[in-house]
Amino acid sequence: MSYNISTMRENTIAEQIDARGLSCPQPVVITKKKMDELGSGIIEITVDTATSRDNIERMAQNQGWRVAIRESGDSYILTISKEQ
Amino acid sequence: MPETPLLLSNIAYVSPADHVLIKSIKHNYDIKIYYLKKTGIYFRVLSKGSDTFGEELFMKNIFATKKAIFISGLIIGIGAALMQRFGNPPNMGICVACFERDIAGALGLHRAAAVQYLRPEIIGLVLGALLAALLFKEFKPRLGSAPIVRFVLGFFSMVGALVFLGCPWRTLLRLAGGDGNALIGLAGLVAGIWTGILFIKSGYNLGRNQRTYAAAGLVLPAIMIGLLVLLIARPALDTGALFFSEKGPGAMHAPLIVSLIFGVVVGVLAQRTRFCTMGAIRDIILVRDYYLATGIAGLFLGALATNVILNQFTPGFAGQPVSHTDHPWNFLGMALSGLAYALAGGCPGRQLFLSGEGDGDAAVFVIGMIVGAGFAHNFAIASSPQGVGVWGPLFVGIGLVVCLSIGFSMRQRI
Repeated sequence: MSYNISTMRENTIAEQIDARGLSCPQPVVITKKKMDELGSGIIEITVDTATSRDNIERMAQNQGWRVAIRESGDSYILTISKEQ
Repeated sequence: MPETPLLLSNIAYVSPADHVLIKSIKHNYDIKIYYLKKTGIYFRVLSKGSDTFGEELFMKNIFATKKAIFISGLIIGIGAALMQRFGNPPNMGICVACFERDIAGALGLHRAAAVQYLRPEIIGLVLGALLAALLFKEFKPRLGSAPIVRFVLGFFSMVGALVFLGCPWRTLLRLAGGDGNALIGLAGLVAGIWTGILFIKSGYNLGRNQRTYAAAGLVLPAIMIGLLVLLIARPALDTGALFFSEKGPGAMHAPLIVSLIFGVVVGVLAQRTRFCTMGAIRDIILVRDYYLATGIAGLFLGALATNVILNQFTPGFAGQPVSHTDHPWNFLGMALSGLAYALAGGCPGRQLFLSGEGDGDAAVFVIGMIVGAGFAHNFAIASSPQGVGVWGPLFVGIGLVVCLSIGFSMRQRI
C-alpha cells in the first residue's frame, strides 16, 4: 500500500480537463477518452456538480485509477492517477 | 483557480484550530479522517507506529453506493405498487409522462376528459429533490445549454411515451405487473438509447451551461408550488378550468397528501442516489457501469414482489391496464423517447430531479413534455388501450427525424 500521489505530482505534469457546465454524460465521456489515450499518468478534471464528481470518481475507480477530490469554490477538482 | 497541492509535509503545519477530526479507525493502519475548515478538503492520514504515510483527499456521498441505490429502488418500487392500492391507476403507481400529461389536462392544455388531474406526485418529485439538494448543499442554479432544443426533445419524448403509454418508470412497473407489452417497449427504449449513445460517442453535446441566479434555478419549483396551490384551492371557472376527470385514469388517484408525501420521498431518494432509468441502460452500454442499473433492478423487484403479494400481478399481453398491443408502435414510441432522453441527458424523472437541483435546462425539458402532452392529445397522437391514435405513427416518425437531426447537427470533436 503506497500513496504516492504527492510524489507523482512533483514529477509529472497533470493533463487538465475543464468539464464545468457540461451535462451528463459528457464529463465521464471526455475523461474516459483522455484516460484511454494516456493509459497512465495524472489527469485533473474540474466539474461543477456533485453528480459529475460522483460519476467520474466511480468510473475512474472502475478503470483502476486512483482518485483524489477537493473542493474549489463552486467546483470540484478530481485528481486521478495511474502508475505505469 | 489558485490551488496548492496538499503535500505530506503540509499536515505538520496545520494548526489544531484549522482542522476537525471526523473519524478514527484502527485497521492495519491507524486511519484518521480530518476536515480542513478553510479549504473544505477531507483528507485521510494513515499511520503505523511512528510512520505517517501519504494521505488522500476525498469526499464521500454515502447515498451514491450500489447498496443505497438498490434500497432506494426497492422503496420506490414497493411504494409505487402500493400507490395503486391507494387509488392510482393500475400499473401506474407512478408515471412521470402520464402524470405530466394529466397535469396538462387539468390546466386545459388538452381536453381528453379521462386524463385530467393535477398529480401531486410530480410536484413532490421536484420539491423533494430541491429539499435534498438544499440540505446537502447541492443546489446549483445553472442554465443556458441550448434550452429550445431541450424543449423540443422534451416535446417529442412525451410524444413517444404517449404512443407507448408510459415513461421508463412505468415500463418497469408494467413489467412488474405482468404486462408483456412493456417488454416490447423496453426493447424500443434500449434501441433509442443505443442510438443516442452513437451520437454521444461522436461528439454530440448541447454546450455548457452557466451558473445563474438562485431565483432562476427556483423557477420550476415555484411553478410546482403554484400548481399545488391550484390543486388545493380547486377553482372552478366558467371556462371549465380547473379540469378534473370524473371517469378514467384521471379520476383514479390516491389522496392528495399520500401522493405528495410519496413524491417528496422519491424526490429525496432519487436526488441523493442520482436515480435515472435512461442512464442505467446508457451506462451499461457506454462505460459498462452497473450502478444506476442496480437502482432500477431494485425498483422492478420491489414492485414485482409487492404486486405478487397484493395480487396485482396478471401476466399477459391482451387486456392489460392502460396498455395496447400494437407492438411496432410500442417499440418505436419508446425508441423515440429513449433517443430523446439520451440526447437530453436524463429520463423524465431525472429531469424533474435536476430541476429541483436548480437546473433550468432540465426545467425547460419538463415544460416541453407538458406542452407535448397537450399537443399529443389535441392532435390524436396519444394512444389508448384500443391502439395508436390517428396521428401517432406520423408524429413518432417526425420525432425520430427531428431527434436524429439534432444528434447529427450538434456534434463537435471532443
